[in-house]
Amino acid sequence: MKFLCVTCDQQMHFTERREPGDGTFAAAFSCPGCGHRIALLANPMETQLVGSLGVEIGGRTLEQQPLEFVRSNVVGKDDAFEDDGGRKAGGWPTWSNAAESRLARVPGFVRGMVKRIYGEYAHERGIGEITPEVMDRARVDLGLEGM
Amino acid sequence: MSFRTYFEVAGADRSRLEHELLAQRDRVATRLNTVERVVAVMSGKGGVGKSHVCAALAGGAARLVQQGVGVVDADLRSPTVSRMLDARGPLIVTDDGVSPAVAIERIRVVSMDLLIEDRQPLSWREPDGDSYLWRGAQEAGALREFLGDVAWGSLDVLLIDLPPGADGAMDLAALYPNIAGAVAVTIPSEESGRSVARTIRASLAGGVTLLGVVENMSGCTCAACGSHGPLFAGSAGDELAEEFGVPLLGKIPFRTAKTASRFTGPEEKALVERFLEVLA
Repeated sequence: MKFLCVTCDQQMHFTERREPGDGTFAAAFSCPGCGHRIALLANPMETQLVGSLGVEIGGRTLEQQPLEFVRSNVVGKDDAFEDDGGRKAGGWPTWSNAAESRLARVPGFVRGMVKRIYGEYAHERGIGEITPEVMDRARVDLGLEGM
Repeated sequence: MSFRTYFEVAGADRSRLEHELLAQRDRVATRLNTVERVVAVMSGKGGVGKSHVCAALAGGAARLVQQGVGVVDADLRSPTVSRMLDARGPLIVTDDGVSPAVAIERIRVVSMDLLIEDRQPLSWREPDGDSYLWRGAQEAGALREFLGDVAWGSLDVLLIDLPPGADGAMDLAALYPNIAGAVAVTIPSEESGRSVARTIRASLAGGVTLLGVVENMSGCTCAACGSHGPLFAGSAGDELAEEFGVPLLGKIPFRTAKTASRFTGPEEKALVERFLEVLA
């Protein structure tokens, strides 16, 4: 899909995507000519239609996780995976006790994947320790509904 | 105001949806670079023992090939082949992907049966209602990840146990065009033959090569007296092979003995030998 600024007759640029956690998503586009901004607001059904393709409008913000679509969309059993969350050597962020406690409440089917996503988010931003505050920020920035 | 079409507006698509969909296919192709042959096992009709034949092919081939055999259980709603092969979870996640479960004969397996609760239906996280709109896309997404996100390693053959229906092999070929072909499974009955013929035609139209036909439940041996007789009237296996000009890879009798689960009967062995000959 393309968004056209009719006034400037230019294609608008994708600028931002938000998934606030209520099953909807919003994507913002801006005109490079006049700076006019618009937002595409999708209802839960439309959001699901796009999500079913395993794609994100505007492109991915983080590397795709193994079986990410399955783990995000299937109601699976807690012990289906053995996943340490991508424990990596040197420079990989640590987890505070409070953040670990919060992570423990995530269903086992997706917990390891969620841990990887938070870890990569923090690593890319040079954050040394993952705290509940970092998790909150990541949820907003990455649209991690239910994570 | 005069509107312009999508193609008249210059510049790349800023939504990047097409880019992402192409990247998904590339991911599958890259992952399967180490697999020599991808083969679909299909049937238009449910209940013909397609998964049993798939397991027999996998079990037999795994004893004869060098690198190994993998099985993707693409029957997401009614997965059975992983149990037949005695595959167990949990699946180990690494930075390279998800390691498949290792079954009998070191067959590498991935199946929805390993991921969802026992005796529970496949259930998706989704808004209430209208699920028919996106269910197909979700199932295609799951199959795509089973192919592209599992660390299959080097394999001689990766068998895809498709669900009943006419479109499975065609959809698989759209996702992974390098598929070596498909094996069609039928039972002897005329009804099954008609149904499987439809599936074969749909697959051929989708560019999938038909490698051969297997007739399952082709007669039954009495456990008490040992006499052998027909279980169903008809000869759909021979007829389909002739109609489509492909080999009848084998006729597998219905067995009641528990040992049948290990797929070691003489008919299964002959089936596997012919299957590997066709693949060579």
